[in-house]
Amino acid sequence: MTQDILFDLKGVSKKFVKGKETITVFENLDMSIARGDFLAIMGPSGSGKTTLLNLLGGVDQPTSGQITFDGGRVDTLSENQLAAWRANNIGFIFQFYNLMPMLNASRNVELPLLLTRLGSKQRKKNVATALELVGLSDRAKHSPREMSGGQQQRVAIARALVSDPKLLLCDEPTGDLDRETADEILGMLQLLNEKHGKTIIMVTHDPAAAKYARRTLHLDKGKFVEKELAA
Amino acid sequence: MKDLYLIFRNLTRKPLRLFLTLFATFIAFMIFGTLTAFQEAFDSGVDLAADDRLVVVNKINFTQPLPISYVARVSALEDVDAVTHLNWFGGYYQEPKNQMAMFAVDAENFLKVYDELIITDEERTAWLANRQGLIAGKAIAERFGWKKGQRIPVNSNIFSQRDGRTDWDFDVVAIYTGAETQTDTNSVYFHYPYFNETQSFGGNFIGFMGVRTTTPDLNESVIKQIDEMFVNSPAETETVPEKAFNKAFIEQIGNLGLILTSVVLAAFFVILVIVGNSMVLSIRERTGEIGVMKTLGFTSMRIFRMVLAESMLLALIGGSLGIVAAIGMVGLANQAPFQLPPLIVGGSLWGKALAYMLLLGLITGIVPAVSALRMNIITALSRN
Repeated sequence: MTQDILFDLKGVSKKFVKGKETITVFENLDMSIARGDFLAIMGPSGSGKTTLLNLLGGVDQPTSGQITFDGGRVDTLSENQLAAWRANNIGFIFQFYNLMPMLNASRNVELPLLLTRLGSKQRKKNVATALELVGLSDRAKHSPREMSGGQQQRVAIARALVSDPKLLLCDEPTGDLDRETADEILGMLQLLNEKHGKTIIMVTHDPAAAKYARRTLHLDKGKFVEKELAA
Repeated sequence: MKDLYLIFRNLTRKPLRLFLTLFATFIAFMIFGTLTAFQEAFDSGVDLAADDRLVVVNKINFTQPLPISYVARVSALEDVDAVTHLNWFGGYYQEPKNQMAMFAVDAENFLKVYDELIITDEERTAWLANRQGLIAGKAIAERFGWKKGQRIPVNSNIFSQRDGRTDWDFDVVAIYTGAETQTDTNSVYFHYPYFNETQSFGGNFIGFMGVRTTTPDLNESVIKQIDEMFVNSPAETETVPEKAFNKAFIEQIGNLGLILTSVVLAAFFVILVIVGNSMVLSIRERTGEIGVMKTLGFTSMRIFRMVLAESMLLALIGGSLGIVAAIGMVGLANQAPFQLPPLIVGGSLWGKALAYMLLLGLITGIVPAVSALRMNIITALSRN
């Protein structure tokens, strides 16, 4: 069966120049991610997980190689084109939620919709749907500081989902949460993947979190060292 | 939710800092508005002076008198349209602190030469017919509560009557207004004959002359003719255009423009440092948030515009409040029990203030805005 490839990385290298030293994070990395996949990327600190996530999220560009998303090249886009690409295709979920402290939950969720041409009414409707999906309709007017970590992360998930992106990129989404809340959030991601068909790439240190994914890739010193299917 | 809402929320996220920054801007613009109103009022004495009007004073000093006979000789010059003469009376109402700019004048010619003082024809006729009549400006009449038809006593701190009294009785026959908003209506004028015949210092002297020429082009020629006419006499004259006379009079206080500009510049410099520093700090604190916004897809240019708009809005709000307060201050100053030219916060001052607000917003916002523009997403997120 041929897979519907969403993300394709071919011969991707990433190097950083630090003073006189050149640090190679990846060298000729190949990787494919199918539409509808839920991929966990694990690895020790410094293995290149975050750099890979930055490349996949279009917040950084490879030194060489090709990155193709949904059939189109990403590595050749300009800064402004990349911004538009991110707004249209990627939903980001961060470890520390990164909500805007001066905006309430619904305004935070609305943020990505400001990058669309949707009118105020439609935006409000979409925000309400996203908040309902994460079970926070009753907290719409609450500010982030009035919410627990788990609730804030659910708002962040709603923000990532509201513009209906093709891909969710999660950077340690449960790294700041207790086990119970973490399971709740991971369950929600799993649901989004299984029920709503969202493609999810999640970077995590936590093997328990990785178990929620369909498959896990282990990254070490810029190379995938082992590939296995999640249980 | 538009960008304006985000800008507003960013602006109001730290109410104390917002208040202090606004307050600093408010103070600077209140100082600017009030002092500029003063400067414009003083300048208006020069700006509103008629181009075809000359002032003839004693060459020694403008406080020295001239013989009244000069009036007829100047009037006889071909290019002179009208001549009047004025004597400073040193008048005060009820108490010495209530000093007034009060002049004894040749009423008929006075109204021809100083035609920016507006009274009706009936009032003019009434004044000319009443030897003890005076006309008072609207501002001074309001200050002392004078009404048309009222008889008032006025004292002089220079002159006394022949019977030793220092008070004169006058009838208020007209309250004059100004042709322009900034025309001074703080002065009082009465008949020279009443003054000349009652005061005890001798007579037939005048303080200075106001001369209207047939056309401003002939000013230089008339000036030359007048001063040459009285050269080598016991009272030589110095004739100058009214604009130059008013300017020199104001400059006796000092270089008012320089003083006011220095105060305003100092206020703006302090504000620039305070608001600029506040904006830089505010954006530095938001590094992570700017990184997140860029990650979500906000372009660098859009964030640049938002940061710049924030500092502009801050300057506009604080500045506008300051100018509104300046209007209040000017209103109070206009009612103060001392004589000032009419102070106005008009369109030109608002225009200047608006330009300074935008400039202040631009200068204080450009550094943090450029820093936000250049901010790398990865660096910004790693600082979060």
